[in-house]
Amino acid sequence: MPVLTVDDIKVEVPEGTSLLDACRQAGARIPTLCYLEGVQAIGACRMCLVEVEGAKTLVVSCVQPATEGMVVHTSSSRARRARRAVLELLLSEHAGDCQSCVRTADCELRSLAELLNIDEVTYQGERTSQKIDRTTPALVRDTGKCISCRRCVTVCNQVQGVGALFPQNRGFNTVIGPAFAMDLADVVCVQCGQCAAVCPVGAITENSVTEKVWEALDDPKKHVIVQTAPAIRAALGEEFGYEPGTLVTDKMVAALRRLGFDAVFDTNFTADLTIIEEGTELLTRLKKALVEDKEVALPMFTSCSPGWINYMEHYNPDMLANLSTCKSPQQMFGALAKTYYPKKLGMDPKNVVVVSVMPCTAKKFECARPEMGRDGMQDVDYVLTTRELARMVKQAGIDFRSLPEQKMDKPLGISTGAADIFAATGGVMEAALRTAYEIVTGTAFPFDNLHVTPIQGLEGVKEASVTIEETVPDWAFLKGATVNVAVAHGLANAQKVIDRIRRGEASYHFVEVMTCPGGCIGGGGQPRLTSDAVRQARIKAIYAEDEGRELRKSHENPEILALYDEYLGQPLGHLSHELLHTKYTEKDRV
Amino acid sequence: MTDDVGKTGCSGCEEASEEELLARLDEVIEKYKEKPGALIPVLQMAQGIFGYLPEVALKKVAKGLGKPYSEVAGVVGFYSFFSTVPRGRNLIRVCLGTACYVRGGMQVLEALKKQLGIDVGETTEDREFSLEVARCFGACGLAPVITINDVVHHRVKPARINEVLAQYAPEAVGAGGRSE
Repeated sequence: MPVLTVDDIKVEVPEGTSLLDACRQAGARIPTLCYLEGVQAIGACRMCLVEVEGAKTLVVSCVQPATEGMVVHTSSSRARRARRAVLELLLSEHAGDCQSCVRTADCELRSLAELLNIDEVTYQGERTSQKIDRTTPALVRDTGKCISCRRCVTVCNQVQGVGALFPQNRGFNTVIGPAFAMDLADVVCVQCGQCAAVCPVGAITENSVTEKVWEALDDPKKHVIVQTAPAIRAALGEEFGYEPGTLVTDKMVAALRRLGFDAVFDTNFTADLTIIEEGTELLTRLKKALVEDKEVALPMFTSCSPGWINYMEHYNPDMLANLSTCKSPQQMFGALAKTYYPKKLGMDPKNVVVVSVMPCTAKKFECARPEMGRDGMQDVDYVLTTRELARMVKQAGIDFRSLPEQKMDKPLGISTGAADIFAATGGVMEAALRTAYEIVTGTAFPFDNLHVTPIQGLEGVKEASVTIEETVPDWAFLKGATVNVAVAHGLANAQKVIDRIRRGEASYHFVEVMTCPGGCIGGGGQPRLTSDAVRQARIKAIYAEDEGRELRKSHENPEILALYDEYLGQPLGHLSHELLHTKYTEKDRV
Repeated sequence: MTDDVGKTGCSGCEEASEEELLARLDEVIEKYKEKPGALIPVLQMAQGIFGYLPEVALKKVAKGLGKPYSEVAGVVGFYSFFSTVPRGRNLIRVCLGTACYVRGGMQVLEALKKQLGIDVGETTEDREFSLEVARCFGACGLAPVITINDVVHHRVKPARINEVLAQYAPEAVGAGGRSE
């Protein structure tokens, strides 16, 4: 293990450690911009320059391996001057309208300018060409603010395997964007927003609808209801200074009431509903395959994550039949909120406005899909990201930290712990297993504390098998069967699972896919910046929320039982089919 | 691979229909799709087949090699060798690498622009000549250098540019041409 000297401090680091990490280990805080822990170290921005004795030039520490005997000065005047020049050059090209930029509070470029004490940009010259692309419902791109750090390119290509963004042209004319400066709406982009989640500046942000939500809230004729995704409660607090992993469920409910929503509901309710519908769908598919000897698409893939749906439609259209036909919990909620709910209240559905708070930008695209509505109305009217909700709370002058703790409204706000864990990778699978196992066997789910630990955590692809020893008479054909499941998060990992299935190397029955690394808690609409440590903290909070519940299995949710009793009839029944299920469309790959 | 890459000329492409050209591209993709680093050579061959890189060819390359379209476009945009607009019968590239630049490459370029009545990246109305700039052909000792199609012309003098052009399309040197 190499030993080196960083600012007179000796450090020993494992072979292959970058000089940047070695310096950090020695307590030196070197500024970085393009570097993204665990994702990208490419030396594009040159902010992390340090002086190494004996080297002719300054060294880019993020791409330089630490080697034996190196003597490093992280803050020599030469290094400081160089970093300052680099930053001034970046600033001289940047079309920064900091006063009105949505990123002004957490812009990494601006905070570096502060850190490096830049009070004047010496260089004057040509600025980056500016094109603002608002063509997708999910994202806005502003090339004038882009500093070409390539974080978005790396997550789009390597983590998601989508490749909507790539450096175009050359030198000063380089533009990070879709092919030939096309609009995002005209290329294959799954709208997951991971680019927006890693952008250090305001070059990629969500397409905000806060003003439209304010308009709805201000309209006395409208009955405006809100649903919050399970992942929001474990992350929203970060926008108000809480540590990552702080649960703020009850304060969030109070904040939503203060904003003026007429009812505060929970996407968790329809997450429980999803488990009933999707679990029944899986068991039905298994029965068709095993008993009726019919052609049926297996494994079945989950369908909650709209970026994943977009990905399948473009990249694996021959496997669309493998996707569960269940709408996502957001859209199941929307469908009920425009039918069941107004009927129950004796209200005209036209006056109901449904707002979602999602950790996700692809949800903005999903709610606008033409098949997600009825009678000329969309089921979900507006989708706010976690970040947008935080901005609205701040804009309304609400002191979030001093809010009282309140509970969600009935009936669409009642849920179980199985719904909470939808937010974390592996959660939908665990929730589905909790219910399917009990339906099939008639006995209690045998896992310790109800957790299927092999499918938890941040490993890219996870697997588990559950053997069914005994069954109730209806499911006798499953007696002795072993159900193989897989869980993937990040679309590149999902594609690996698909490739293995195609090659016949894996025989899964059920596969959970979440578009974003870590699942929804790491979604493209969550507070920035989501590192693996932040993901772990949010996941821990989600499991704590689950464990704190009396009811932790979807089939025990009394409001779901009432919904079937009063309205839907039975899972996969006629009304379920009409309201809760959907179909997918093959799209072009390029 | 090098043999195929060499075939970048456009001879005979006027006669072939688009379907025939696309079929030729399919053969190229089929041959190279499993090879690592195939994108640039395949693009060179595609340009050899079509004379330029039309959208339909680029999308076929992206699909065939399993590359994002944005990456294919990024590579095409990075290298001045690639063109997404049709070119004239003769392609002139003026080297503006360091050696050619200091020995008058810019003056050569200006003379060509004036003579042909087009700017860099454009094609003459009669589709005889296209004009592009390039960075170094590796013939720095012979600077300033231009290439016309695959022929290198060295120590080019701006004042005598007509004589060079005359070898390719005498009619293009007519009315507007001066020969001082």
